[in-house]
Amino acid sequence: MTLHLQTEEKQPLSREEILHPHRTLENSKVRTEDFDAWYGNNQVLKKLNIEVREHSVTAIIGPSGCGKSTLIRCLNRMHELVSRARTSGRVMLDGSDIYAKGVDPVTIRRRVGMVFQKPNPFPTMSVYDNVAAGLRLNGERNHSVLDRAVQQSLELAFLWDEVKGDLDKSGASLSGGQQQRLCIARALAVEPEVILMDEPCSALDPIATAKIEELIASIKGNYTVVIVTHNMQQAARVSDFTAFLYLGQLIEYGETTSLFENPVEELTERYLTGKFG
Amino acid sequence: MSNYSMRRFKNKLALWIGALCAALAMIPLVSILYDVVKNGASSLNVDFLTSAPGVIGQAGGGIGPAIQGTLLLVGLTIIMGVPLGVLSGIYLTEFGDNPVGRVIRFLNDVLAEFPSVVIGVVIFTLIVLTFKSFSVIAGALALSIIMLPIITRSTEESLKLVPNSIRDASMALGIRRWRTTLSVVLTTAKSGVVTGILLAIARVAGETAPLVFTILGSQYFFSGLNSPMDALPIRIYRLALLPYPYAQAQGWGAALVLILMVLVVNIGVRLATRGRLYTTRSRA
Repeated sequence: MTLHLQTEEKQPLSREEILHPHRTLENSKVRTEDFDAWYGNNQVLKKLNIEVREHSVTAIIGPSGCGKSTLIRCLNRMHELVSRARTSGRVMLDGSDIYAKGVDPVTIRRRVGMVFQKPNPFPTMSVYDNVAAGLRLNGERNHSVLDRAVQQSLELAFLWDEVKGDLDKSGASLSGGQQQRLCIARALAVEPEVILMDEPCSALDPIATAKIEELIASIKGNYTVVIVTHNMQQAARVSDFTAFLYLGQLIEYGETTSLFENPVEELTERYLTGKFG
Repeated sequence: MSNYSMRRFKNKLALWIGALCAALAMIPLVSILYDVVKNGASSLNVDFLTSAPGVIGQAGGGIGPAIQGTLLLVGLTIIMGVPLGVLSGIYLTEFGDNPVGRVIRFLNDVLAEFPSVVIGVVIFTLIVLTFKSFSVIAGALALSIIMLPIITRSTEESLKLVPNSIRDASMALGIRRWRTTLSVVLTTAKSGVVTGILLAIARVAGETAPLVFTILGSQYFFSGLNSPMDALPIRIYRLALLPYPYAQAQGWGAALVLILMVLVVNIGVRLATRGRLYTTRSRA
């Protein structure tokens, strides 16, 4: 991995700086401020402060049930679609609160796209229609615009060469890894600024996983990526920053290399060395 | 016998029992079709299909008004019942996870179990007596009420089969809720929804009892939405009660026409809805 901050010869971050990175990071894209989330009476996120840097890959790791998926579902307001789900605190996207009164969640979701754990292409739509769906169902009718967006998105998702001969075949007829890349292309087609990925490789074999990791590395220059993963090696391979969550709290957050090599918290070290989780 | 061959035997046995039951289930269908075609085919000719019934007791005449009436009635019923039923089904699946939804779902199930003759009597009291006339409108209303719960239920069941991950995928693209429901969820469930509608159409096309209380039956062609009208089930019933052999043959003929109409609608709708939501691209 290239080490962004280390090459800039910065001082090692203090614990305070690591836990409140928005005091140290520049180019903030997304920042949560004292953010809580509940399902009914069950509080899943507790006073979470985390910051995501623009044009970087941030990995969120932690044992099952620690709130990783909930956290990213809060970053594009998908959390509230579950009944009895609620939140408090702020999530700043480019400095303005996406939970402020009068903000339309639909406009947020157009800026912050999402890729899910299991590939979920629209089963009755063709490859082309799947990728075009986001634009089309938001009113885009111009065929040349759609054609261009579909090709560009499929190319970004490393899928174009495999499907260009038959864009009319059903999206559901692709292999699992291809379906997941189709879902990534579908998310990219609406040109979001941030892409959230919820364990995008957990249903895939190692070769398909490698392709998606390569894809993530290639798009991060233009997008901000937040990836939830169960796989610590994956976090180490793809991310610039890593956040370790435990029981809904942010335990440690920092550059991926320093977090993996010199974790500050004992809990982080125990998790990374497989002592629990 | 070894354990393995015993298991193979049980497997074969279960397969054959299943096949036998499927064959048994086909017997009524085939025998009804056979009887109707055998007894009814000889009556079919252009004159029979297009002319009004003749004088009772004398051979001749046809079922023109009844065909016209059934087409008109079923058409009006579809216009009133299908949108209402599909939209109710959508409401119940997508927005009905609350006390109001549960009450509607319960009442809908109750309505589905009402005997159709009761619905006929209710419409007779509410519409026919109020306006002092049997009418096509009253008949179509009664049939819509019969159709509504069937379509609501089948639409709801079909939409429930669409996984939530599909809704999530659409919402996460910044597609609005109503668009997601209509263009993604409904499209995904389309074949189930269409099947439900077709079953409901077939059901109401053959209803007799509620029609006796609402459109009454008639010797004449259409003369206004507020007048009595003939329909195939009523015509079949009346013809079957007559003691003359020609009338009974005409009854079989009318039954065959009714079955063929339902079949044509079924095949036609399936062909028409088989394509995708979008013709993918217009480019060559």
